[in-house]
Amino acid sequence: MTHHFSAASLLRNAFSGHKNWSQQFRSVEPESKYQAVIVGGGGHGLSAAYHLAREFGITNVAVIEKGWIGGGNTGRNTAMVRSNYLQQDSVKLYDASIKMWESMSQKLNYNVMFSQRGLLHLAHSVSDMQEIGRRAHAINMFGADAELLSPGQVREWLPDINLNCRFPVMGALLQRRGAIARHDAMAWGYARCATELGVDIIQNCEVTGFEINNGQVRSVHTTRGRIETDTVGLAVSGHSTHLADMAGFRLPIETVPLQALVTEPLKPVLKSAVISASIHAYVSQSDKGELVIGGGTDPYVAYSNQGGFDEIETMMTAIKELFPNYSRLRIMRQWAGMVDLTPDRSPIISKTPVRNMYIDGGWGTGGFKTSPIGGLLMAEMMAKDTVPDLAAPFALSRFNTGVLVDEGAASSVAH
Amino acid sequence: MFQIECPYCGKRELTEYSYGGEANLIRPTPVEAEESQAWAGYLFSRTNKRGLHLERWFHVFGCRKWFNVARNTITNEFVDIYLPGEKPQVDEQAKK
Repeated sequence: MTHHFSAASLLRNAFSGHKNWSQQFRSVEPESKYQAVIVGGGGHGLSAAYHLAREFGITNVAVIEKGWIGGGNTGRNTAMVRSNYLQQDSVKLYDASIKMWESMSQKLNYNVMFSQRGLLHLAHSVSDMQEIGRRAHAINMFGADAELLSPGQVREWLPDINLNCRFPVMGALLQRRGAIARHDAMAWGYARCATELGVDIIQNCEVTGFEINNGQVRSVHTTRGRIETDTVGLAVSGHSTHLADMAGFRLPIETVPLQALVTEPLKPVLKSAVISASIHAYVSQSDKGELVIGGGTDPYVAYSNQGGFDEIETMMTAIKELFPNYSRLRIMRQWAGMVDLTPDRSPIISKTPVRNMYIDGGWGTGGFKTSPIGGLLMAEMMAKDTVPDLAAPFALSRFNTGVLVDEGAASSVAH
Repeated sequence: MFQIECPYCGKRELTEYSYGGEANLIRPTPVEAEESQAWAGYLFSRTNKRGLHLERWFHVFGCRKWFNVARNTITNEFVDIYLPGEKPQVDEQAKK
């Protein structure tokens, strides 16, 4: 039994030198049969497992993770949460996720350090201004929040910003409910609650193949044995194509590296997250004080887990233009995550050609923020074999019908 | 950042080039394209290969010519560079 976290439990454990906290989640050997198997122990997979158990009463669930939970792209992002997209279907989807984030700490009894400090999307040209104007109207119409700021208001919001940089800041789109959160805490919180409900989390266990009969998955082959199952959910970033190949279908995905880095920690200097798609800057300050800076994707397919230095140069140039006083900060860490980009930069939350296999993937650069909703939607598909309304526009079949959900511009850096 | 050996100009930095995507995609004829599957496959379906990947590069800030490359997408090693119309000198086994 895990502890309930509260001020009282913190105090009680302080008296015993914090030595008696119980383990937060179990890591177990796989059994030979589960009702549901989820491939991928990141935010989406763990969220799916939690929601399967919590909302749909299916507790005989295994989450299979190749490495350790939250060690893939869940630990390789910039931890930003926003819903300032353009299309109705996406705004609704991403905003549903923000709403789940807003109550996540209470629901999971786990502090995910969700902080709605706002998100500023800068405009540097007349066409940028037209784009954010159009997007602000769309976002407001579809029930999320957005407002337009003048350069003066941007200056008031961010006193350090250099408005007269090479491409002067002409205005900005502000989403006040935009947020940052603690990425590990989300994974651990979902893992802790899921195991408490009976889900098995199996780490260091790689999927090597699927046994498919009559268009239906019978079992999953892993490095730790064969697991029979009634239904399979795929929630892996950077490996969706690989798994789909094993299951015998093709996804419209290309996998590219997306880089980010953090500076040394500072006192609070940056009030909110700031994105500039035009000059490719993406920065926020974590609660630890580090500036988290994101870059663009490399243009070529790669699974190398490292990006090109030219991308770092581009993003640092942009950050120094916008915030000259960051120029002497030292960089502590740099990394790249493998992102699965779809042609329309929208996710695939869908049934697959294999009857009892579902996918929650292709999130490109937006996977972290949507872990709650992606997992919930896949859980519903796995439990009921029906596609929820929110997920319907994101079906795999849209690439045949041509009804795409084009988010090339709003996905900010991945275009 | 890596360097790429242009078959016309020699070794230059990556920033001189632009990536042209997967090679050997065959555009369906107008008749075939009536079939949405064939057209969608041409537009969207990619091998996204983990390993040896055949792709096109364009020397945009150099000779402005296209060429083909066989690159390992895990190590970014350029296994072969060849001209359009030629076949790569790579082991068929390695492509799997």
